[in-house]
Amino acid sequence: MATTIKPTAKKGMDRRGFLRVSSIAGGGLLIATYIPELEGNLAALAGMRADFTPNAFIKITPDGVITIIAKNPEIGQGVKTHLPMIIADELDVDWKDVRIEQGDHNPAAYGSQGAGGSTATPINWTPLRQAGAVGRAMMISAAAANWSVPEGELETGSGVVTHRASNRRATYGSLADKAATMTPPAAATVKLKDPKDYKIIGTKVPGVDNKKIVRGEKLFGVDVTLPGMLSGVYHKCPVHGGKVVSANIEEIKKEPGVRHVFVLDSGPAARDQLRSGVAILADTWWQASSARKKLNVVWDEGPGATHSSEGYKAKAAELAKGAPLRNLRKDGDPDAALAGAAKKVEASYYVPVIAHAPLEPQNTTALFKDGKLELWSATQQPTGGRALVVNTLGIKTEDITLHLVRMGGGFGRRLTNDYMVEAAAIAKQVPGTPVKLIWTREDDIQHDFYRPVQFHNFSGGVDAAGKVVAWKNHYIGFTTDGQGFGNSSGIGAAEFPARFIRNYSLDMSLVQTHLQLGALRAPGSNGIAFAVQCFIDELAGAAGKDPVQFRLDLLSQWQADPPPPAPPAGAPAGGGGGRGGGGGGGQPQFDAARMRGVLELVAEKSNWGKTTLPKGTGMGVAFHYSHLGYFAEVVQATVSKAGAIKVDKVWCAGDIGSQVINASHAENQTQGGVLDGLAEALAQEITIDKGRVVQTNFGTTATSFQLLRMRQSCPVEVHFLKSNNNPTGLGEPMLPPAVPALVNAVFAATGKRVRSLPLSKADLKWS
Amino acid sequence: MPVNLKINGKPVTVDVAPDTPLLWVLRDTLDLKGSKFGCGVGQCGACTVHRNGAAVRSCQLRISTLEGADIRTIEGLSPDGTHALQKAWEELDVPQCGYCQAGQIMSAAALLERNANPTDTDIDNAMNGNICRCATYIRIREGIKRAAVLKRGGGMVPASGSPGRPGGADAETADNVGAPKSLFDATR
Ligand code: FES
Ligand code: FES
Repeated sequence: MATTIKPTAKKGMDRRGFLRVSSIAGGGLLIATYIPELEGNLAALAGMRADFTPNAFIKITPDGVITIIAKNPEIGQGVKTHLPMIIADELDVDWKDVRIEQGDHNPAAYGSQGAGGSTATPINWTPLRQAGAVGRAMMISAAAANWSVPEGELETGSGVVTHRASNRRATYGSLADKAATMTPPAAATVKLKDPKDYKIIGTKVPGVDNKKIVRGEKLFGVDVTLPGMLSGVYHKCPVHGGKVVSANIEEIKKEPGVRHVFVLDSGPAARDQLRSGVAILADTWWQASSARKKLNVVWDEGPGATHSSEGYKAKAAELAKGAPLRNLRKDGDPDAALAGAAKKVEASYYVPVIAHAPLEPQNTTALFKDGKLELWSATQQPTGGRALVVNTLGIKTEDITLHLVRMGGGFGRRLTNDYMVEAAAIAKQVPGTPVKLIWTREDDIQHDFYRPVQFHNFSGGVDAAGKVVAWKNHYIGFTTDGQGFGNSSGIGAAEFPARFIRNYSLDMSLVQTHLQLGALRAPGSNGIAFAVQCFIDELAGAAGKDPVQFRLDLLSQWQADPPPPAPPAGAPAGGGGGRGGGGGGGQPQFDAARMRGVLELVAEKSNWGKTTLPKGTGMGVAFHYSHLGYFAEVVQATVSKAGAIKVDKVWCAGDIGSQVINASHAENQTQGGVLDGLAEALAQEITIDKGRVVQTNFGTTATSFQLLRMRQSCPVEVHFLKSNNNPTGLGEPMLPPAVPALVNAVFAATGKRVRSLPLSKADLKWS
Repeated sequence: MPVNLKINGKPVTVDVAPDTPLLWVLRDTLDLKGSKFGCGVGQCGACTVHRNGAAVRSCQLRISTLEGADIRTIEGLSPDGTHALQKAWEELDVPQCGYCQAGQIMSAAALLERNANPTDTDIDNAMNGNICRCATYIRIREGIKRAAVLKRGGGMVPASGSPGRPGGADAETADNVGAPKSLFDATR
């Protein structure tokens, strides 16, 4: 059950205000910790303020139960387990005595509560360790006071304080009330554990909700049920931006079980969040859904109806021939260097639009009563969702209660809260009646905030020694406002291989779309890695070098005294591929040594260059840096003579700092992310025709959206390279290299260079 | 027209529109929310239940065709959540988001009923209709194999010792983090 924390009277506050300790009615101790100064680059990366809002709650009750409130929403990335692991280890309690509760949305109490950008680990690593350590220190203080012994003589373990000399022991539970009366030490001064003493961090801890999941208990947003609730569907124009002109509403009202039918239209301001459509509310979802099939709507489709995937491609091809709109970066003289190169390569790469398709369809349950709105929503960005409801519907922030529920996947789709606003808007029309809105899969695939297209137009040159001397990219991405890159459509001026090649330029142009765009797992990076790492293979081929060695050489070419970093001229803020992704200009320096480390490790683990493979089987390599994580991957794939691809195995090496927190979930997440990359490369594409999304549902044909299945899955061997850096997140950075590693493997197997995704559209037959 | 059927061993009578899919009868009429809606077109397997022992997609079964049927859902797979697959899933920490897993377990349970020792190909064939968007396929496969061992009465930890772990971890890498003191191992 969700827990609501009410700020209680301040009993003790540490000097710098990072931590507050209070007693709990009925006995026990509540520790609320606050985010201390975030390290500069991380704060900038995550776009977060270093403010003093609590980021964790620990409750210790006299019965000895330790409750840790998980404040971040769970989308399958494992935070609900691994953030509490950090606290529990420093608190020095046994994991079996720890209970985890999901906190409601309450930024006043918890601070930032989001899931996205692989930020939860880097942001919380230090404060949560400090929170646990403060709790432990207070237990020691309480015992020292009770027994009148020096704190230095006391030890802790398994939630017990021990005084060896007098053979006394006291459980944390028995000390909780006493501790609640004491002043906590400053969080920054408490001693943290030596990593070799970790008992929980670094082990394999199964997900805290696993028992409920395997028993089919109610857990997800879509499972929420309220008394007297109606179920709803919302029918929108198949062309994004289109509006309802008229609909056979009176007829639909007569359908079995149907209670309400109405049109919603919020005007242009909220076009992306509350789209014009028809809401149908019925006693059951199937009744609403059945009635929808009889709905006849006359749409004003708007200007989007002229858009098509072929049109985007044609426009990009035309732009590629002309002068770019803007330059994003220029180092040295790439044109002169190209002219003087021993070998030149030109190639254009295409990254298609794809959808997120988390397995749980979008849904929200809403109740509007007496001017107040209560929401149960699966969202990666609850605070943003609430703000959207406030702005769109004019309900006051203080009148909204948002309950966080487990999400059946996110992948970035639930960063945008359009479905939450729809449910709220529908509920507002029927005050007093709870409403559950569930989208169909077709709604989800046809009304996504899509991963945008990318067009990369490269020219590169190598010298007689096989060294890269020139690199140019005229990059073309989507715009929605005609001015700058659309959401997650951009490329950062610092993106690799900038600064590794003396003569380098990155230019940009824009193609207008009517689609809504959004961040998909490793935004920006999931397409950039494909283009860059495949083009590097083409240059390696021209240089006659082994792809791994060629990359190691390139990584040694760091330009020690580069020109001052060119500002991304005219590139709008936020165009760099979303938070922390896509090599946005704000990200910290790419550390070539760390990348070389994972590249060498993956080459060794995969026996790169030492395996003789039959024709039709090949290995490909790629690396990519995103979300503070360094990943290099090798894919081995077999292509049949008929052109069918089977991925045999993937080797993955990652450097995410000094510590893997949950060894079980880290591996699971990494394997899943790698397989997700393979899925994108193999068969995923959303195509647009007459402004409409052609694909409708899951399946195995061109008019379906194809997710990876068991038969396409393969072993993924995961290795983490420990480095002396703060731990960083694992939601995303393993995905991008999987795409080019597979495409490079297909080249090694067949000699066919695929420059346009997905692979399913390429002719890979060989004889 | 009321339809009489057995759900998790109990006789149930439902009176809803005849074209209502079993999935929505389970979820909305009977408040059994374990079977999940993922696609509604028989392509994802999130809604998988057993009909007379065989794995079927409940979103594709109209209630009017189920008179007298014996249906088992994830809630009724075992009396206390201790079916070999449920144990194996917890032990190997299979889920990520967890949304697909009830369907995965129901498909796997039907497989193990007819095949006590499935090969990789058997697993491919039985499980290909169940999408996991988080791509936990490696652990699902391991989980089925582990459950097969548990079901045959074996309780031994497989030699590899951990989920999908390739073994051969070495000192320079962190991929042996926690191996010697794994809680995961301790709770087996
Ligand atoms: S919901 Fe039944 S197969 Fe997808
Ligand atoms: S665990 Fe998320 S869909 Fe399978």
